[in-house]
Amino acid sequence: MSIQQTPTPIEPKQLTPKQKPTGFMLFVQKCKEQKVLLLMSLPFLIWLFIFRYVPLYGWTMAFQDFRPARPILEQDWAGWKHFEFLFTDPRFFEVLRNTLAMSFINLVLGFVTAITLAILLNELRNLTFKRVVQTISYMPHFLSWVVAAGLVSYTLSLENGIINIILTNLGIVKEPILWLGIGEYFWGIIGASDVWKNVGWNSIIYLAAITMIDTEQYEAAEIDGASRFQRIWYITIPGMKTVIVILLIMNLGYILESGFEAQYLLMNPMNMDYAENLDIFVLRYGISMGNFSLATAAGIFKTVVSFIFLFSANSIAKRLGEARLF
Amino acid sequence: MNLLKKLTGKRRSVDDLIFDSVNVVLMLLLCVVMLYPMLNTLAVSFNEATDSVRGGIYLWPREFTTYNYAHVFGESQLLHAGMISVLRTVIGTGLSVFCTAMVAYTISRQYFVMRKFVTIAFVLTMYLNGGLIPTYLLMRELSLIGTFWIYIIPGLIGVFNLIVVRSFIEGLPETIFESARIDGAGEFTQFFRIALPLCLPVIATISLFVAVFQWNQWFDVFLYNSSRPELSTLQYELMKILQNSNASMTSRTAADAFASAQGQSQNVVTPTSIRAAMTIIVSVPIICVYPFLQKYFVKGLTLGGVKG
Repeated sequence: MSIQQTPTPIEPKQLTPKQKPTGFMLFVQKCKEQKVLLLMSLPFLIWLFIFRYVPLYGWTMAFQDFRPARPILEQDWAGWKHFEFLFTDPRFFEVLRNTLAMSFINLVLGFVTAITLAILLNELRNLTFKRVVQTISYMPHFLSWVVAAGLVSYTLSLENGIINIILTNLGIVKEPILWLGIGEYFWGIIGASDVWKNVGWNSIIYLAAITMIDTEQYEAAEIDGASRFQRIWYITIPGMKTVIVILLIMNLGYILESGFEAQYLLMNPMNMDYAENLDIFVLRYGISMGNFSLATAAGIFKTVVSFIFLFSANSIAKRLGEARLF
Repeated sequence: MNLLKKLTGKRRSVDDLIFDSVNVVLMLLLCVVMLYPMLNTLAVSFNEATDSVRGGIYLWPREFTTYNYAHVFGESQLLHAGMISVLRTVIGTGLSVFCTAMVAYTISRQYFVMRKFVTIAFVLTMYLNGGLIPTYLLMRELSLIGTFWIYIIPGLIGVFNLIVVRSFIEGLPETIFESARIDGAGEFTQFFRIALPLCLPVIATISLFVAVFQWNQWFDVFLYNSSRPELSTLQYELMKILQNSNASMTSRTAADAFASAQGQSQNVVTPTSIRAAMTIIVSVPIICVYPFLQKYFVKGLTLGGVKG
């Protein structure tokens, strides 16, 4: 009796539909077999479609003169009119400038402070102290922006604000400064608030990257007589490079996402020219003034530019041979 | 960690000593900067309102009183807002975590036919979204505006949380699931009896994320339900107080000055003192919880970050 090499029946469950192009019937059969799994995920796929994909259809509003009272299919088309209006509106460029400036400041400050904090934390010798500092540094991340903005505006206030008290007592300034009343200071205030709120949180991922570094490298460097700074510069920072690049790419995708809550909550008529960013612009035109079409056009502009940035950063990283997102 | 212990034992040069001292001082400074605004607010919240207007309160109340808190808890509107905050946090977190875990389970099954499709459909929404206005109009079409459910349903599943849980389940040994299948366990049983219990660490992590998000959220109240005071939340009430006192820019707001001029009677509150008390009330629950979940969320965050 010869042993025939019959293909052993493979459980259909272990195959993905891609491997068997025989097609639709197989797919249907599998769906039947996996009806429980489908039951567990399909309702949420429908949810996803309604709440995340249907709004994309709303982009058509940007090309219409949208009137809320009419059904969405009976609107008048307006072509690129709203985009043309945007790109000739001087206010829009101010808004764009504010958005990019605050984003850039937040990005740079956020990266530098979080990486520095992770390195310094890693150099602490007392583990209990390290843990306490970490726990305290996470705290502001869990507070709402409403609370944080309240704390910021109180800290910067004219008479009781600790910043003004310190500055006047040290004699650095003669008169207390109305920080939130001067537009030029606004970007810096947002940057500092953002660092205060998120530096501890953002350092988590870098700290995790540092703990992945092979400790033998440090030992070897120490035997070779490398100083602490040399060890940080030649071992720790290169060891974090992958994580830094990945996060940089991800954040470049959000370059027009300068945050909304902090600006909105700290904004006032005096600093508005520097505080208004794209999100607030959309809110102001869309919800407050009811110009849905223009606001949507601004929203589309934001999404499209973010997409371009994300893909460019990704392909640059690919060309440089660095880790990348996709 | 090990490295640090090893280094501690060795001889230390003068350079090292200077580095360590400067580092410790910097870290202490960081702690002060992180904590001071909160501690200062705590002191102001326990200080007599008209006295606070004079300034000079740093870490300790000058004229101790609990009246600010009594006033906040005495206002039925604020109490009601507190109840809505608690409700949306509890219901929102429970539902969101359950649904996220369930979908995460299905897309962690390598043999699931729709695995790729469902995963991509979710991940894509991280980069593509309709934006504020279309979303607002959709909510209006669905008649969700002016209801409690607008706090829960639109944010039911967060993509980041989904990926974190999926990565965690994929990290579990597949043999457990296999043997359960051989014993005749269906997908539901595998999910409830095996995946969920083993996922507790990551469930704790995303519960914290979602609960903090729900508790801290004010924008959806502002956008959708600002004309419905019975659906207001604590954060939104606090935001309104903040906006009012921001409107007149100095710390000594008109209302503060008025209250202090009125004066001598003990039972007076000012926007500043109310704000301080409310800031403490909305922050204390979170501050009490997060340190205990620290080791979980640190793990969850790195898991999501590395594999996501």
